[in-house]
Amino acid sequence: MWDYIKLAVLGLIVVVAAVAASMARDLPYLVHMLVIMLAAAITFVWVIRRVGEPAPVANPNEYMDGPVRYGVIATAFWGVVGFLVGVVIAFQLAWPELNFVWAEGYLNFGRLRPLHTSAVIFAFGGNALIASAFYVVQRTSAARLWGGGLSWFVFWGYQIFIVMAATGYVLGSTQGNEYAEPEWLTDLWLTIVWVAFLLVFMGTIIKRREPHIYVANWFYMAFIVTVAMLHIVNNLAIPVSAFGSRSVPVWSGVQSAMIQWWYGHNAVGFFLTAGFLGMMYYFIPKQAERPVYSYKLSIMHFWALIFLYIWAGPHHLHYTALPDWAQTLGMTFSIMLWMPSWGGMINGLMTLSGAWDKLRTDPIIRMMVVAVGFYGMATFEGPMMSIKAVNSLSHYTDWTIGHVHSGALGWNGMITFGMLYYLVPKLWQREGLYSLRLVSWHFWLATIGIVLYAASMWVTGIMEGLMWREVDAQGFLVNSFADTVAAKFPMYVVRGLGGTLFLLGAIIMCYNLWKTVTSTAERSPARAGSTVPAE
Amino acid sequence: METYTWLRAFADSWHLLFMFCFFIGVFIYILRPGASKVHDETANMIFRNDDKPESENYVTSAGRHSEPKEAR
Repeated sequence: MWDYIKLAVLGLIVVVAAVAASMARDLPYLVHMLVIMLAAAITFVWVIRRVGEPAPVANPNEYMDGPVRYGVIATAFWGVVGFLVGVVIAFQLAWPELNFVWAEGYLNFGRLRPLHTSAVIFAFGGNALIASAFYVVQRTSAARLWGGGLSWFVFWGYQIFIVMAATGYVLGSTQGNEYAEPEWLTDLWLTIVWVAFLLVFMGTIIKRREPHIYVANWFYMAFIVTVAMLHIVNNLAIPVSAFGSRSVPVWSGVQSAMIQWWYGHNAVGFFLTAGFLGMMYYFIPKQAERPVYSYKLSIMHFWALIFLYIWAGPHHLHYTALPDWAQTLGMTFSIMLWMPSWGGMINGLMTLSGAWDKLRTDPIIRMMVVAVGFYGMATFEGPMMSIKAVNSLSHYTDWTIGHVHSGALGWNGMITFGMLYYLVPKLWQREGLYSLRLVSWHFWLATIGIVLYAASMWVTGIMEGLMWREVDAQGFLVNSFADTVAAKFPMYVVRGLGGTLFLLGAIIMCYNLWKTVTSTAERSPARAGSTVPAE
Repeated sequence: METYTWLRAFADSWHLLFMFCFFIGVFIYILRPGASKVHDETANMIFRNDDKPESENYVTSAGRHSEPKEAR
């Protein structure tokens, strides 16, 4: 019976999407409807081939690792795609001729830039967060994922969101809000997927067989709930037509700007920080084989982080029409935020106390420790840049780009790589990784890449800021904008090189993980302990 | 009174006080006597149940029944 209801609904979606596609008012909407139609049609065929078969019985004495495995693959795949687009746009800035005439309006810098940011944050980071959240919540709750097939819906639904967002950017469908570019249709779909994600996560927590909720789950919960809130409020918009991709935002003027940066900064705070801290608090203790340095400090870290982060957004709007008190509030909270951030960094690093020798022998733990180091560095640099006097120099320059990348490549990237290296042998029941030497290669390529990136952006950002404000004895500006662009060329080439090294490291990782699954020995039951699941 | 005016007045008086007290309360609760035992136990929880869920007949409320698999 349930199968027939599913088929009816899927069939209806195919027909409605086909009709909507035929009535489409613009190209992005047409493509999105075709994507929805295709996805529903494929699911329809998948379901119809299984009608009448006995429903697979989920074994409550096994973890549900299917969506985690798929999530790991998706993370590695989207990571390489996102880094590649990043390298392309870095060289487009250095050599504008790479904005090919034949691809104008599709693959020029303006179209590819949101594709890069969303691919690395939402596709690479988002898949890493969903996969690790599903893995960690099961292990720390000692319970199978709640909701049966709902976690599969979350995985595939999220991939459809990524495809819709990416095709939308290339075809020019955007709200123009940084990190919130997708239009109303894509936003609605993400909301549905996100609610399902929340249900799976909370359901598993509720049926847990451990008395306490481990701190990593608190961070994951804050990430899921806050991102839902931010996403809905910032994307409130009225579609112009049910058959077109354009919409009119509800917010206007300075309120719109404030809500956008309340969203934007907390996307950093809760997506790229809280969620990834959940990863840190599980995977670093596991890889180091010692409990977290101070559990008390980790709870303080959690509460202080969520209490302070939510107010820091106005620092993106210094010297704008935003009231002065709001700017000062944003700056003050950003500086206070330094405290919990460094508390968390110290907690992560000190987890290794008494086991520092592992840094020499284990390239995975080295990766995780460097990630925490970059977390500390980026969370020092951020509060500093939020001070109005510093911001008057740094804002709108490449320093901001450098700051974002030392956080994103160093912290988010490195901790995710560490997680992937930890998870793949576990998930595919392998003895260990294919090659630790290749992990070392990845580590050094990525680290040198980040250093080249951050250093060149510091130089070019500060140079640019100083050139913009330079005035002569009569009070006239000395440099035109084009002068700064010309002066930045060598640093742009170095930045592109840094990105290339980082991309190369990620490709080596993919090869290493592939070989781990295909050509290493299976984990012997003896090593897994006496509690081998009856498979 | 205008909505903005009373909301603004409430936000920077009573609600500010509430959030401040809640925040301090959380820290006092974390540092309460006897919490260290719970925290040590929770910090070590990640080292068990790595391969499969805890079995059905496990009792959650009355403390731990099994020793951690990787005691340290």
